[in-house]
Amino acid sequence: MKEMTFAEALCLGITECLDADARVTLINSGFGGLTPHRASYNVIREKYADRITDAPISELGYCGIGIGAAMTGLRPIVALGTSAFSFEAWPQILNEAAITCYGSRGQVTVPVVFHMLTGIRGAGAVQHSHAPQAMFCNAPGLQVVTPGSPADARGLMKTVALESENPTIYIDHQMLQGVTEQIDEAAGPIPLGQGEVKREGSDVTVVAISVMVPRALEAAETLADEGISVEVVDPRTLVPLDKEIILKSVAKTGHVVIADESQLTCGVAAELAAVIVEEGFESLKAPIKRVGIPNVPIPYHKAEEEFVTPTAKRIVDAVKELCG
Amino acid sequence: MNTAQTTPAQLRQMLTIRRAEERVIHFAQDHDGLIRGHYHVYIGQEASGVGACGALGSEDYVFTTHRNHGHVIAKGADLGRVLAEIIGRTTGYNQGRGGTFHVIAPDLGILQTSGVVGGCMPLAAGAAHSIKTRGTDQVSMVFFGDGVLEEGAFYETINMASLWKLPIIFMCENNDVPPNLRKGGESPLDSLAATRLTDISEAFHITSIVVDGADVAAVSSVMEDVVARTRRGEGPFFVEARITRWPGNMAAFPTLIGGDYQTEWSFSPASAPDELRDWLEHDDPISLSIRALVEDGAISREAVEAMDEEICEAVEAAAKFALDSPEPAPESALEHVFA
Repeated sequence: MKEMTFAEALCLGITECLDADARVTLINSGFGGLTPHRASYNVIREKYADRITDAPISELGYCGIGIGAAMTGLRPIVALGTSAFSFEAWPQILNEAAITCYGSRGQVTVPVVFHMLTGIRGAGAVQHSHAPQAMFCNAPGLQVVTPGSPADARGLMKTVALESENPTIYIDHQMLQGVTEQIDEAAGPIPLGQGEVKREGSDVTVVAISVMVPRALEAAETLADEGISVEVVDPRTLVPLDKEIILKSVAKTGHVVIADESQLTCGVAAELAAVIVEEGFESLKAPIKRVGIPNVPIPYHKAEEEFVTPTAKRIVDAVKELCG
Repeated sequence: MNTAQTTPAQLRQMLTIRRAEERVIHFAQDHDGLIRGHYHVYIGQEASGVGACGALGSEDYVFTTHRNHGHVIAKGADLGRVLAEIIGRTTGYNQGRGGTFHVIAPDLGILQTSGVVGGCMPLAAGAAHSIKTRGTDQVSMVFFGDGVLEEGAFYETINMASLWKLPIIFMCENNDVPPNLRKGGESPLDSLAATRLTDISEAFHITSIVVDGADVAAVSSVMEDVVARTRRGEGPFFVEARITRWPGNMAAFPTLIGGDYQTEWSFSPASAPDELRDWLEHDDPISLSIRALVEDGAISREAVEAMDEEICEAVEAAAKFALDSPEPAPESALEHVFA
């Protein structure tokens, strides 16, 4: 076991993929964005320069090149940087990658990974703070993975880059880069659609996505001091979704808070709430609570930005409203 | 005219595409509800597809568009499976999932047929990037109409293809040229500020060639050279095949002016419908090929008619195969979202 940051663990996962399979190639390599942890990824450039293609500022073009390469024998990982840049590539990701397997009835597959840094990163303002996970979930044919811990960052990358034949949206978050965890260096890929209970509890279930996982664990610690036992469930992948792990926890606690750092309207939390209501209504002892971003773009000023950010405190408040 | 000679085999392929496309129009017009929505036929462009695909090998990749039927047939597709796909039958190339817009044939290297203008440009460059990375001598060819030059995807793709010297051939079918301007050396479009399409590709340092898209021998000769050079790592290339629109192709829903093509029209344009006469005389690749072959003594009029009869029989058999093929089960709509 070795303590690693999220950035170090993800970098390890990427290098393991490059070592394991010559078909894995990179288009761009800016996995760490502008965080101080970007240096954690330097080894990729140092050791695998001949496996990296640095593309011009042409998201539509290079995402499509990743798709075409995936159709013809490569397994590219495309590093988009900030997730908002995926909007430039929308026609290729949603209207080519997502539909190819379906349109060919499985004859042509697209094993490409689009890595992107989502969410509120601090002064990203209106154009560099987007959280498009729900938009991707609404495009059948795309897998959406949302690791919230270093071990999951590494394991899920190995799964999608080495094993999956489907196009994958890899939802990363700048504020996760410094999160640490003990990593089992021998750990392998993590199956898609297999969530994990990150903390066991009995009074309330907090379903947490991506950056909300460490925030939920922090909230659970705070609430434990106040005598409330919180179970933190991380589905880890949104498409496919491990409904069972969520429904099982709700059956135990009867109370649910769903935390996802994206806008609430038609968001991930809304979808998960619908699943719980449709398939686990009888377990609920109180209405479902959602913690997310109000339906506004992300403002620049620190105070305004904090006002719309779903923090650990917001999870604490929501749990108290439910169980208080 | 190019000095290269048209061959009877090229005529056979072009006539096969023509007859298959006429059959598609008959499917739409003679069978209520058989083809729902709009469709795009390749009539008048046969020389481009036959000349270009004829230069490719079985391992090469082809990416195409909503106007794909001719490319797929020229690459060697089975007629029955093409027509079955177009009418949504399980014996079609995508088992009826793609329809007229999205006929693909992975076995023939046709991996995606995008109905979005410019959709296949980056994909084809991606295949070329893969070829270069894997170190094979394949080539990637992408067919597209001149409208793609209005899309941003075009510029991003040709830039990267040129920067990275990718083994890709951009096969632009400029099918929007008014007849009176076609021979003038320029191809102005109402919707593009550039004077010549090749001004754009040349600005990106891509070797660019203009060819008469009605002359199958000329297209074939250019493409044999371009494919060989691309295989040797001299790509990318941009080829503009100038094609004058088939008069029946103006609207989204084509109409066969004067009915099915008559080989007779190639010898005596006076017998053709008024609307087609000028086009048949100057621009129809099939009429031009028949005249050239007969004048050269490469084939007799009788042999042309016999060839046409064989092709019509083959197309009718393919159409019967398609019509007799089963339709997908409704619940199969839920299959193959993921591999």
